[in-house]
Amino acid sequence: MTVSQADATVSPEGRKLLGIWETAPGIFGWLATVDHKTIGIRYLCTAFFFLIVGGLEALVMRVQLAQPELKLLSPDAYNQLFSMHGTTMMFLYALPMLSGFSNYLWPLMLGSRDMAFPRLNALSYWTFLAAGIFLYVSFPIGQAPNGGWFAYVPNTSLQYDPGINMDVFALGLVFLGISTVVGSANFIVTLLRCRAPGMSVNRLPIIVWGTFTASCANLLAVPAVSLACAMLWLDRRFGTHFFDVAGGGQPLLWQHLFWIFGHPWVYALVLPAMGIVSDALPVFCRRPLVGYTLVAISTVATMILGFGVWVHHMFATGLPVMSLSFFSAASFVIAIPSAVGVFCWIATIWTGKPQFTTPFLFFAGFVMLFVIGGVSGFMTASVALDWQLTDSYFVVAHLHYVLLGINVFPVVGGIHFWFPKMTGRMMDERLGRWTFWTMFIGFNAAFFPMHVTGLMGMPRRVYTYPAEMGVGGLNLLSTIGAFVFALGVLLFLLNIGRSLRSGPPAGDNPWDAPALEWSTSSPPPVYNFATIPQVASRHPLWEERLGETDRRSILGDRASTGMVLDRGKETIGVTPLDAEPNVVLKMPGDSLLPFLLAAGMTVLFFGLLARSGWAIGAGGLAEIVILFLWLTPRQFAESEEVALHE
Amino acid sequence: MSELGDGEVLPVGGTGPVSTAWWGMICVIATEGVLFVYLIFSYAYLGSQQPGPWPPSGPPSLKLALTNTAILIASSVLLAWGLRKFRRQRDRRQLAFALAGTIVLGAVFVTIQGFEWADKPFVFSTNAYSSAFFLLTGVHMAHVAVGLLMLLALLVWTLLGRFDRGHHEHLSLGALYWHFVDVVWLVVFTTAYLVPQFK
Repeated sequence: MTVSQADATVSPEGRKLLGIWETAPGIFGWLATVDHKTIGIRYLCTAFFFLIVGGLEALVMRVQLAQPELKLLSPDAYNQLFSMHGTTMMFLYALPMLSGFSNYLWPLMLGSRDMAFPRLNALSYWTFLAAGIFLYVSFPIGQAPNGGWFAYVPNTSLQYDPGINMDVFALGLVFLGISTVVGSANFIVTLLRCRAPGMSVNRLPIIVWGTFTASCANLLAVPAVSLACAMLWLDRRFGTHFFDVAGGGQPLLWQHLFWIFGHPWVYALVLPAMGIVSDALPVFCRRPLVGYTLVAISTVATMILGFGVWVHHMFATGLPVMSLSFFSAASFVIAIPSAVGVFCWIATIWTGKPQFTTPFLFFAGFVMLFVIGGVSGFMTASVALDWQLTDSYFVVAHLHYVLLGINVFPVVGGIHFWFPKMTGRMMDERLGRWTFWTMFIGFNAAFFPMHVTGLMGMPRRVYTYPAEMGVGGLNLLSTIGAFVFALGVLLFLLNIGRSLRSGPPAGDNPWDAPALEWSTSSPPPVYNFATIPQVASRHPLWEERLGETDRRSILGDRASTGMVLDRGKETIGVTPLDAEPNVVLKMPGDSLLPFLLAAGMTVLFFGLLARSGWAIGAGGLAEIVILFLWLTPRQFAESEEVALHE
Repeated sequence: MSELGDGEVLPVGGTGPVSTAWWGMICVIATEGVLFVYLIFSYAYLGSQQPGPWPPSGPPSLKLALTNTAILIASSVLLAWGLRKFRRQRDRRQLAFALAGTIVLGAVFVTIQGFEWADKPFVFSTNAYSSAFFLLTGVHMAHVAVGLLMLLALLVWTLLGRFDRGHHEHLSLGALYWHFVDVVWLVVFTTAYLVPQFK
């Protein structure tokens, strides 16, 4: 980063903490770091890299679709491109990106020094990276996954798809699932236990609510897709009959298991991003979020309902009308918590004093795109309409409005918002506005026409279309829009590159924001807080002007009477609801074990792919040895108890 | 928020729900537990969509499976006993005895289950039932194997005296996992062995 730690004025306590917390230099430290801020930024960069890869795949497809009956791509190449585009965006970009934000921000927002399990945090990153590479390993030899991101059987069974394409997909998703579950468990325990005293549940930032809800859902949903993928692989390579009708299996079992996972997953991709907006939009309206409690409750409610709507992806499979009615009704109901959020954001803008900065534009744009994507989702919740629209470009339009609108726009806005905190430098405001308008216009030009081409009957996932359909013009518009959108992303990268080198210094709190992370220096010291803050309200930095109560949070210099916890790498653990301190947590230092465990897992999964007993054995044995070392009990400091404030 | 009084004493690391490790283990158990929910869902779904009888080869024999169930329950009881003794008296030898006994009982379970599998008139790839049956019981067996490795590590650390001073969270969490694996077996046993008897 551009502003080095040494520039900041460091107090004597700070210097001691620095000695305890700082990552070792060199390649060892690079591989062994467990600092949540480093891991968070790695997540952000890696996920953004995958966004660019998935975006390039999309551009190639848009060129193929620019005119009717083009032969730029073969049908098979097109299948691989749309499958890898979907898989990359859904699994390697959307959630890891949000995990990046949460990894970086959570301990700073919650007033802790790190996540609950720093080494697990590193493990989930390395596993994500390895699984991402794994999913792309067969791409160069033209054998990439080619069954779409939801890989329906029997199309993906060995009989119809004999290459290693879908083995890579099935094993890759199981591999990636390990990263997701490990990360989710870490978020859950971090929220419940690693917060500053006083950061009770009614004071949490909404992004924390969003990521916590998403993590709980992932913990319960990811095993479904891991199981389905394991079954697919067994069917393909060991002759089992889970999905094979001839042996008494059921193709629909795949769809059930996939969407039991898939729909909660979709909400996991959007709830933390909505949290970004709920936390950052009010800063630019110069007022607290309207309806904090309602937004928090509707976040959780959306996810709970989200577990009961998976069949709306299966309306056209011939299920009984009774069950279709139930899932249709549940899908309609989910509009209610979503609408609560929308009205709260609009009310925040309406009753505030909007400042039309770049992040504000992205967040306001998000509200509009969310409404459009929400309405088209509401339409497809109706069984009759869904039968007409399913597998058409209307659905493509809907899912891109939802996923780009609710994920990409808040993410890019969020990077503009927190970039000063992460790097100590501001991004260029003028270029930022150009970025927004280019992306916003490009996005709508690309995807709005797809509603129409879908209604005109253009099916998704077909590599070309006849001229007589009369959708050539609209498709050309979509293609132009896609390239304009890509230009917007390019402007964004340009802004990042320029600002990293020559952006004006940001200071601690350039946006005059209310949350705890802005009370640290930019970038924050490796130990986050020299003394653990004590939180007295939802807006620790706005307490004076809001004047809600007489109580004041104790932060920064004023916290000199607080807990320093400098007898080793320590942070405070609190009770789950009220955030009363009840334990001192010893945190692990630099460790190569997470990297080695991920490396062993990679050997194991490549062994499974090649069905090489030797590699499976070596990988498995390595995992056991590494886990044994990882879990070996360490004696804590001399005492089992420490007195605070001696 | 209560003001932190001077000289307030907090544990380091903590035990049970005060430690973060306990919450981590609860997350592991939650996600593994729900994996078995999906396995049983798949088994039941395939069964419900079957035109013929389920299982096609008639209800499975209970002889070995019942014995095995008793063995696994006994192992849990023995482990709980050993841990209780250790907490009260800090007696390393009794704990090592209980851990070793649990490992032996677990290994016997795996062996008997192996014989039970070998006796089946079908293999993994025979039909949908055989696939679902072996996957359900196989994933459970994998959990038993992981549990055994954990107990083995705990036994080594006990003999090395790692738990004599300070915390013994590892023991409680290892035991928690073992009990979880046993409870899951009761559900798997009910699903795959008991329910088909009533058809």
